[in-house]
Amino acid sequence: MLSVSAHELKKNYGAVKALKGISFDVSEGEIFGFIGPDGAGKSSLFRILTTLLLPDAGQASVCGLDVVKDYKKIRKIIGYMPGKFSLYQDLSVEENLSFFASVFETTIESNYHLIKEIYSHIEPFKKRRAGQLSGGMKQKLALSCALIHKPNVLFMDEPTTGIDAVSRKEFWSMLKGLKKEGISIVVSTPYMDEASLCDRVALLQDGIILKTDTPNAITDTIGKKVWAISSESVYKLMCDLSGYGGCYSVYPFGQMVHYMPADQSEELTLVENFLKERNHRNISIEIIEPTVEDCFMELMRINKEDKR
Amino acid sequence: MRSFKGFVIKEFYHIFRDKRTLLILFAMPVLQMLLFGYVITNEIKNARIAVWDRSKDVITQKITDKLRGSGYFNVVLEIDNEEEIEQVFKKGEVKEVVVFESNFAEKIGREGVAKINIIADASDANTANLVVSYTSAVINDFTVKELRAVDPPMKINTETRLLYNPEMKGVFMFVPGTMAMILILISALLTSVAIVREKETGTMEVLLVSPLKPSQIIIGKVTPYVALSVINALSVILLSRFVFGLPVQGSYTLLITECVLFIIMSLSLGILISTTTNSQQVAMMLSMVALLLPTIMLSGFIFPIENMPFWLQVVCRINPSTYFIIIEKNIMLKGTGFLSVWKETLVILGYTLLFIGLSVKKFNVRLS
Amino acid sequence: MENREKVIIVRDLVKDFGGFRANDHLTFDVYKGEVFGFLGANGAGKTTAIKILCGLLKPTSGQVRVAGFDVYKQSNLIKKNIGYMSQKFSLYEDLTVSENISFYAGIYGLGFREIKKKRMELIQKLGLESYAGKLIKELPLGWLQKLAFSIAIVHNPDIVFLDEPTSGVDPITRRQFWMMIYEAAANGITVFVTTHYMDEAEYCDRVSIMADGLIVALDTPANLKLSFRAKSMNEVFLELVRNKNNSNQQ
Repeated sequence: MLSVSAHELKKNYGAVKALKGISFDVSEGEIFGFIGPDGAGKSSLFRILTTLLLPDAGQASVCGLDVVKDYKKIRKIIGYMPGKFSLYQDLSVEENLSFFASVFETTIESNYHLIKEIYSHIEPFKKRRAGQLSGGMKQKLALSCALIHKPNVLFMDEPTTGIDAVSRKEFWSMLKGLKKEGISIVVSTPYMDEASLCDRVALLQDGIILKTDTPNAITDTIGKKVWAISSESVYKLMCDLSGYGGCYSVYPFGQMVHYMPADQSEELTLVENFLKERNHRNISIEIIEPTVEDCFMELMRINKEDKR
Repeated sequence: MRSFKGFVIKEFYHIFRDKRTLLILFAMPVLQMLLFGYVITNEIKNARIAVWDRSKDVITQKITDKLRGSGYFNVVLEIDNEEEIEQVFKKGEVKEVVVFESNFAEKIGREGVAKINIIADASDANTANLVVSYTSAVINDFTVKELRAVDPPMKINTETRLLYNPEMKGVFMFVPGTMAMILILISALLTSVAIVREKETGTMEVLLVSPLKPSQIIIGKVTPYVALSVINALSVILLSRFVFGLPVQGSYTLLITECVLFIIMSLSLGILISTTTNSQQVAMMLSMVALLLPTIMLSGFIFPIENMPFWLQVVCRINPSTYFIIIEKNIMLKGTGFLSVWKETLVILGYTLLFIGLSVKKFNVRLS
Repeated sequence: MENREKVIIVRDLVKDFGGFRANDHLTFDVYKGEVFGFLGANGAGKTTAIKILCGLLKPTSGQVRVAGFDVYKQSNLIKKNIGYMSQKFSLYEDLTVSENISFYAGIYGLGFREIKKKRMELIQKLGLESYAGKLIKELPLGWLQKLAFSIAIVHNPDIVFLDEPTSGVDPITRRQFWMMIYEAAANGITVFVTTHYMDEAEYCDRVSIMADGLIVALDTPANLKLSFRAKSMNEVFLELVRNKNNSNQQ
C-alpha cells in the first residue's frame, strides 16, 4: 500500500496560487523529500497532507485514508513536525514528551525503543525547559514527540532549517534509523545538498513539481555536462562568460562557476582561450556531473521557457 | 481519559511557570478589592459639618461639644438661617448640617422629647450615609448617658434628610458589583489568551494533528482555572468581609458555589473569545473592553436598572453579571437561601453551557 | 594582501555577560572590498560579535575599529557608515516599494534630490518599474531579498552586514543575489556575511569560523578545504567541531 498518494492537488489563497496541481506517491518505508525554496508551496502541501488544510481541488490519501473525509483516523496514525518549532517552551524536555505521549493515550515507556536513539542525546537534559535547548536539541525533542505514538507516516516540514551543520548531519542519520523501523518519512527542505540523503525527491518550485525521481536519476535526466571553471575572480568570470557567444548558462557555485555550453561538443580550449584573452589567471576547467542544484536551475529554466 | 489528564497537567505547568498569569490570577483580585476598600471606606475622620443651633442652650451646647469631641467631626461652621444650609452644601464646605430646633432644652424638660434634624449631602452617597449614621450614634450615646438617667426619661428624635440622592444606595451595594467585575474580568482574561497563545506559538498545529477532540482541548483549558479560581473567590469573599466589613448574612457554601458557577461561565466566555481570534492582543482587548463597561454600567452595579430606558434594560437583562449581582445581594445582604436565587442561577448555568457549546462549535478542527 | 586598506580591525576583543564569556580574545582584520564570511554554530558568539561591530554593544575589553571609528566612543559614526540587512529584513509591508526606498534613504540623511535619484536608479537596476507603486507585500519573495540588499547599501556604506542573506531563496535568485554582493564588493563596499550555512560560506573570499566564543579557523575557503582535506566547507566545519569535541573530552 502507498503511504501517501496525491493527485492534482491545488490550493489558492485569494489570488495567490500556492499549489498548482501536485501529484506524487510515497511508498512504504521510503524517505521522500520535497526540495524547494521558501514560497514554493511546501508548507501548504504538508498542511493538506496532515489534514490541517482543505485542498481546493484534487485528492490525497495517507495510508489509503482520504485527507478530507477520514481526517480523524489519519490524525491517529501520523506524526507531524511543523516548520516552526512547536513544543511548549515553558515545559521541560520530559514534560513535553510525556504530554505528547498522553495525547495519544500512550506512555513514554511503551514506545521508548523507537525514540531511544534520538532521545538518549537529550535525556541528560530532561529537566531543562524546552525553550533553553539549542536548535539541534530542540529538533531532536520535536522528533521524539512526533514519534512517541509510533506513527505509520512521519511528516516533517523543514526540520533542518535554522540548525547547524553538525546537528543537521545527526538529524539525517536519525531518519535513516527510523526508516529501518518501517516508518515512511515525508520531509521538506530548502537545501539542495540534502537531496542526496533522500530515497526519492520531488523538486518543488512555484507550486508545481519540476521533477520527481531518485537523486541520481535526477542528475542524469538533464543529459548535460557541467563545466566547473575557476579563476582568480568569480565575479569577473561571471561577467565575461555570460557575454560569451557559446554560453547556454553560467552560475556562480562558491569559488567556481558552473558553465553549460549551448553546444555539448564545445571545445574546452576555446573557452579557455577566451578567458585568457580577458586576462584571467589561474584558469582551471573541469567537466563534472551536474549536481541536484544544477538540475533544479535547469528545470526552472526549462519550465519558464515552456510557459512562454 | 489519559489524554485529558495529560492536557490538564500541562495547563497547570503553564500557569505555574508564567509569572504574569499568576499575578493576574492572585494579585489582581486582592489589589482591586483593596483599592475599592480604600475608596469605599466605612470610617470617617474629621468630617466637616455645620451646626444651626436655633436654641443655643446647655443641652445643644453639650451635644455640639460631644460631636466635636468624638473625633469624627469637625464643626467648621455655625449658621443661623435656612438659606445658608443650601449655600454651604452648594459650595461643598460641609458634608452635613445638624439643626437643633428652637427651645430645645425647654422642650425636653417640658415634653420629654426634642428634635434634631440631620441634613446630609447625599450626592456622595457613601459618605452621607456614614456621616449620618455616625451623627445618630453620637446623639444616641448622649441620650443614653445623659437623658435616660433622669426620671421620667427624655429622648431626642433625630430626623434625617438626604439631599440630592434621596434613594440612597448604601455602601454595601458596591461589594457585589465589585466582586462580579473582578471575577468575570480575570477569568475571561485568563482563558481568552489560552487558546490564542497556542495558535501564536504554533503548538496548536501539533494539537490539531492529534486525536484530541475540540471538547477535550476546551474543557482541559478551563479545568485548571476553575480549581484556582475557587481560591480566588475565597480571597475576594474574605477581603470583602474584613476590608469592607461586610458580613455575609446567608450561607457561605451557597455563595461560594454561586461564585464558582459564575467563574466557570466567565472562563467559558474567555474560551469563546479565544476561539474567534488569532492574536493574544486582540483577545485581551476584546475581553477587557467588551466586558468591563457592561459589567460596571449595565448590571445594576452602580446605576439602578429600573431607571434606564427600556432598550438598555434589555441589554442589562442579557448581561450575565446582572444575574450574579442579584444572587450576591440576596445571599450576602438579605441572607436568603437558594430558593430565592434559583432562577438567576439557572440563567448563569444556561450561559455557561451556551458558551462552552459555541466554543466547541467555533473551534476549528483545521487551520483556516 | 597585508597592504590593503583595513575597514575592520579587531584586537583581543573580549565580551563577558556576567560569568559567561561570549567572545574570547577575538583578533581579525577585514579588508576593503572583501566578502568576509563569519561562521559558527548557534550560540558560538557570532551575534554578540556582530552587535559589537555595529556599535550596538560595548566590548568588555580589546580594541575594535570599524570604518575607521572606535566602537567605544564613536558608535554613532559607525552606525552612519554601515548598512545592515537581517534574515527577515524589515521592509514595511504596508508601504510601497518607492516609499520604502525613500524612507530608508531618508534615515541615512540623504537629501531630497539624492533620494529621488537613488530611487530611480534602484528601481531601474532591479527592473522593478512595474512594481514601484505597489505594496511590499505584493512583491514576489525573490525580489524582496534583492530590494532589501539594495536598500541596505542605498547610502553607500563602507561596510554592509548581512545575516543569512540567501537562506530559503530559490537557487537562481540566490545566485543573482550573490552577483549583487560581488558587484557591491567590486565597488569597494566590504560585505560581512554571517551565517551558519556552510553553503553560503563557499561564496566568501575569506571565512572565519567561531566555536565557543573563539575563532577556530580563518582563511580562504580553498585553503581551509585544503588543510582539512575536505571537499566542502560543510566537511571543514564538521571536522573542526569534531576536533573541538575531542579536545574538550581530553
